[in-house]
Amino acid sequence: MSGRALYVDGVSVVFDGFRALNNLSFIIEPGELRAVIGPNGAGKTTMMDVITGKTKPTAGIVKFGDTDLTRLDEPRIAMLGIGRKFQKPTVFDALTVFENLELALKAVRGPIACWKWRLAAEQRDRIEAVLREIGLSERGQDLAGLLSHGQRQWLEIGMLLMQEPELLLVDEPVAGMTDQETEHTAALLARIAGQRSVVVVEHDLEFVRALGCKVTVMCEGTVLSEGSIDHVQNDPRVIEVYLGR
Amino acid sequence: MRRLIILAITLLLALLPALNLAGLGVSDFVITVVGKWLCYAILALSIDLAWGYAGILSLGHGAFFALGGYAMGMHLMRLIGPRGVYGHPVLPDFMVFLGYQELPWFWWGFQSFPFAMLMALLIPGALAFLVGYLAFRSRITGVYLSILTQALTYALMLAFFRNDMGLGGNNGFTDFKELLGIALNTPLARALLFWSSLAALGGCLWLGTSIARSKLGRVLVGVRDAEARLRFLGYDTLQHKLFVFVLSAMMAGIAGALYVPQVGIINPSEFSPGNSLEAVVWVAFGGRGTLLGAVLGAFTVNGLKTWLTSVAPDLWLFVLGAVFVAVTLLLPRGLIGLLEKRR
Repeated sequence: MSGRALYVDGVSVVFDGFRALNNLSFIIEPGELRAVIGPNGAGKTTMMDVITGKTKPTAGIVKFGDTDLTRLDEPRIAMLGIGRKFQKPTVFDALTVFENLELALKAVRGPIACWKWRLAAEQRDRIEAVLREIGLSERGQDLAGLLSHGQRQWLEIGMLLMQEPELLLVDEPVAGMTDQETEHTAALLARIAGQRSVVVVEHDLEFVRALGCKVTVMCEGTVLSEGSIDHVQNDPRVIEVYLGR
Repeated sequence: MRRLIILAITLLLALLPALNLAGLGVSDFVITVVGKWLCYAILALSIDLAWGYAGILSLGHGAFFALGGYAMGMHLMRLIGPRGVYGHPVLPDFMVFLGYQELPWFWWGFQSFPFAMLMALLIPGALAFLVGYLAFRSRITGVYLSILTQALTYALMLAFFRNDMGLGGNNGFTDFKELLGIALNTPLARALLFWSSLAALGGCLWLGTSIARSKLGRVLVGVRDAEARLRFLGYDTLQHKLFVFVLSAMMAGIAGALYVPQVGIINPSEFSPGNSLEAVVWVAFGGRGTLLGAVLGAFTVNGLKTWLTSVAPDLWLFVLGAVFVAVTLLLPRGLIGLLEKRR
């Protein structure tokens, strides 16, 4: 896959004088899997908000390939191929699991086009394939509101798969999951990662170790340390932040 | 089964004016009243499309209804011609009375039926587009949007009360004579208006169902329940909300245009906020987000109103309030939810 790289250069976000991001810079190469860790309030979620267009940076450059992301709104960034999974799974409770995936399916988006649109056979096959992949084949016709917490997380990952994003931002995918669910999720993410760039924000260091990728440590809105998990765990500045001074 | 019931009820309703024309026990009063309810049902349907699906609770939909009504009213006024009390060849009575020398520019074209009908659609649609665009773009939702729409209808009511608006002031328009060459006070005119309203209701119901069953219907449900999430899936929700809001306002406009010749009058009180609130109660009572429920609600609540205001007029508002509270507490899915559970 000839993907595009994500450049974040010198990004700052100021909310009423509070610096949520402070001169943040990093590059995600095409196809790379990257973990982002950091204490609460380090600006991890704000970073995702900036990339997906929810928050406009006060200063700095955010580029996906040659496209300036700071000029676009959420729907346009999503259509560009950047998908996001939220910390708290948000699925459409009043719709069935199948319909949730159908909404995410890469297809028409405008109101009149949606009114005329009909699901083609190969699109139905694709939705069913994703249903199998996320282990919800039996639940396709159930309302999403009836799913358990773990199943909702998987459905949301399934919705991301339907979007076929080039870059995937995943916010704390295993928070509140049982060990078994965590394992299943790690396997799902590993399968996705082979084909596209993935950025995973996570607190669970064991999970990050299991991902076996480059790690970025954020603190007070900026990059504190970057490298392999062993490298960052031995970095004195990281130890200071995590263990207190 | 459901289809058969709807078909049977529609045929039964369609038979009423025929029986009236043949003099077989259906009074003129029944035709006028049921014809009015048909228009209310279209209004309820339009509210349900915006509220039940996209979660846009408009508490000012009566404004779109009234604007459609005024467009039809202007056409009917132009058709009076020299038959007015003052006998002026062009100007309606109220203009002669207020000393107008010539027809204001915005009355031009209203002597044409197709033009007036187009305006009954376009004026509510354009207003909904303007208000919707400004509100949705600024991400005004929920209770703030409801208050905004309520204020809109109130402001329009105050504006239409003014004589300088050139739209009849607080008296509005009345004394209509004919429509499409048929005298309005004849059984034939009543029957034709009744059938037109029934057909319009059927058309709107078909349109609404077609949207609800399409992907657009599911997108709208997504807008209602988790709009932010939908934006991250690549849906520019402003477009979908505007689309459904404008369509809904146009439906309300049609309802108003059909309503005015049947009741024979349109005045600024049609804009009063209470009317819009009552229409929302019909939808809540029937069951929101079901379309058919909105129609059912409009008929039952108005049926109750017509009966109660003749038996015990003082009680009506208390009953309306009690009905609303009871439905909210006991029947979250409205009347239609109750009927479906029984089956």
